[in-house]
Amino acid sequence: MLAYLTRRAVHSVIALTGLVIAVFFLARLTGDPTNLYLPPEASREAREEFSRKHGFDRPATEQFARFVGDVLDGNLGFSLKKQRPAVEVVLEAYPTTLKLAAVTLLIAISLAIAVGALAAYRPGRVFDRVGSTGSLIGASAPDFWVAITAILLFAESLRWLPTSGTGGFPYWVLPVTVLALRPFGLLVQVVRGAMMDALASAYVKTARAKGVAERSVIFVHALRNALLAAVTVAGDIAVGMINGAVIVETVFGWPGVGKLMIDAVEQRDFAVIQASIMITAAAIFLMNILIDLLYVALDPRIRHQ
Amino acid sequence: MNTPADSVSHTPAISAQAEMVTVRAGLPWWRLLARDPLALCAAVWLAFLLVCMLIAPMFLGKAANDMNLLARNLPPWSLDKGWLMILGSDSLGRSILARLLVGAQNTLSVAFAAVVLAMLIGGALGLIAGYVGRGVGNLIMRLSDVIQGFPSLLLAVIVLYMLEPRVANLIIVLAVTRIPSYLRVTRAEVLEIRSRGFVDAARAMGAGRTHILWRHIVPIVAPTLLTILTVDFAIVMLSESGLSFLGIGIQPPEITWGLMVAQGRKHLSNAWWLAFFPGLMIMITTLAANLLSNWVRLITDPVQRWRIEAPKAAATNA
Repeated sequence: MLAYLTRRAVHSVIALTGLVIAVFFLARLTGDPTNLYLPPEASREAREEFSRKHGFDRPATEQFARFVGDVLDGNLGFSLKKQRPAVEVVLEAYPTTLKLAAVTLLIAISLAIAVGALAAYRPGRVFDRVGSTGSLIGASAPDFWVAITAILLFAESLRWLPTSGTGGFPYWVLPVTVLALRPFGLLVQVVRGAMMDALASAYVKTARAKGVAERSVIFVHALRNALLAAVTVAGDIAVGMINGAVIVETVFGWPGVGKLMIDAVEQRDFAVIQASIMITAAAIFLMNILIDLLYVALDPRIRHQ
Repeated sequence: MNTPADSVSHTPAISAQAEMVTVRAGLPWWRLLARDPLALCAAVWLAFLLVCMLIAPMFLGKAANDMNLLARNLPPWSLDKGWLMILGSDSLGRSILARLLVGAQNTLSVAFAAVVLAMLIGGALGLIAGYVGRGVGNLIMRLSDVIQGFPSLLLAVIVLYMLEPRVANLIIVLAVTRIPSYLRVTRAEVLEIRSRGFVDAARAMGAGRTHILWRHIVPIVAPTLLTILTVDFAIVMLSESGLSFLGIGIQPPEITWGLMVAQGRKHLSNAWWLAFFPGLMIMITTLAANLLSNWVRLITDPVQRWRIEAPKAAATNA
């Protein structure tokens, strides 16, 4: 087990290194930030001074060598836009996104398990049909469109909810709903399929045959096994969450990491792009390892070699 | 579609039972489709869009780009200005209906090209990673880790800022983000198939690597990849629309549904139909692709296939 974990960690570090290299050079290929940060009438001297100050006048490989040295010193660079260390900027934006993601995941997962399990219990019945079709619609809805349509309907026409911004409960309703739609739809499909397999399995028949109460057949014997399948897609959902957060945070004006990343690309704020992607990717890799461990905890038959 | 029943029918001992099964297994796919109303609707909708893709730009291309400043922001459901304005017009007086039908071409062809490209590259890399030595295989897997650790939307944003947001670049970016899923599935299947008896037998009879890959492994992996393709088509269409919405996908004057939503957003409070209909098209089309892919998975799965073939009553009682 320890050997497995070590190997996974080594793989993650290799992947993370590849990612950092890719992001560093890709970001620099998006264009020269000088024109964005200095007024158009700035003199040539001022431009050269700006480039020299931030090291943009050096060859890309030399910039990269310096960047690697800085990262090893724990320095992820300096934000051009905010004039502060990039790490500070990113870590400031993270809580907003994490809170949004946590609430969304909690709601999406618990609802999806309930709907998926109930739908699988009587396949083909009304609840199954409504639930399955509804979840497919959820998985198919373009989040940006649902977001602006919901703003139009609930915020502008009915005036029940605020259009954008952060604050108390009313500010959370629309972003969380929009962000939850796709994970919910995806998970219902997975849970329903796994639950149907579990209910048709020999151990459920055995449990029923020996007179175990139906409630405990469903919740203890079938659902626990079906949940393994849901854990499998958890990694995909987490990555998808960040994609969704980019859209939702942009539309609803939340100062989270998704909006920060998009803005940073737009403003050629290289240090912030690198820092936010490194931190996000590290979190995703760490979570994938945790999911593997969770597997072992849920299913003792699985032993990672 | 070959099911195990076909091979069983050669054994005389169970021929009576097998014959019955063979008859069922022989149902052509279009009759199976007719038995599933939702999948049928999905197929009809996608076929309709395919026709639009081919002929709409020819007949409606002019209507989609013609401005009519006397008919700006015309509300939908009115036939006063001709049937083309049934879904209203945009802020330049262009017919929404014509733009939707013409826009189908860009939206669908980008998504389709991207998933096919991803399948070909991912499948090929997966075959190599699964069948050729560990060193190359490991390198490929680490590359796929890099792509997967990266939120795909961000990758697309960065690359499209770097390159021009042209159709070809968009297709490449979207394809790259989808490669890992094909790669992993192919590799996993290859690893499993190569240890089976018939592969050993082929090797013992002197078959070369290429022959084994093409004749024995690819035919088994291909249907799985095609199933993923249908699901991915829906995902990629949503990504493409999202990118267009953020303003970094295909640029005007080209028409895509995502772009129409983005353009309509500015007029949301006074002309809701500008953004509503294109979004609805995206949703219905994604839904159709998802429904159809579920159906394909069902009929290609011998364990589940009876749900469609068996009479209704039996299916609901299960």
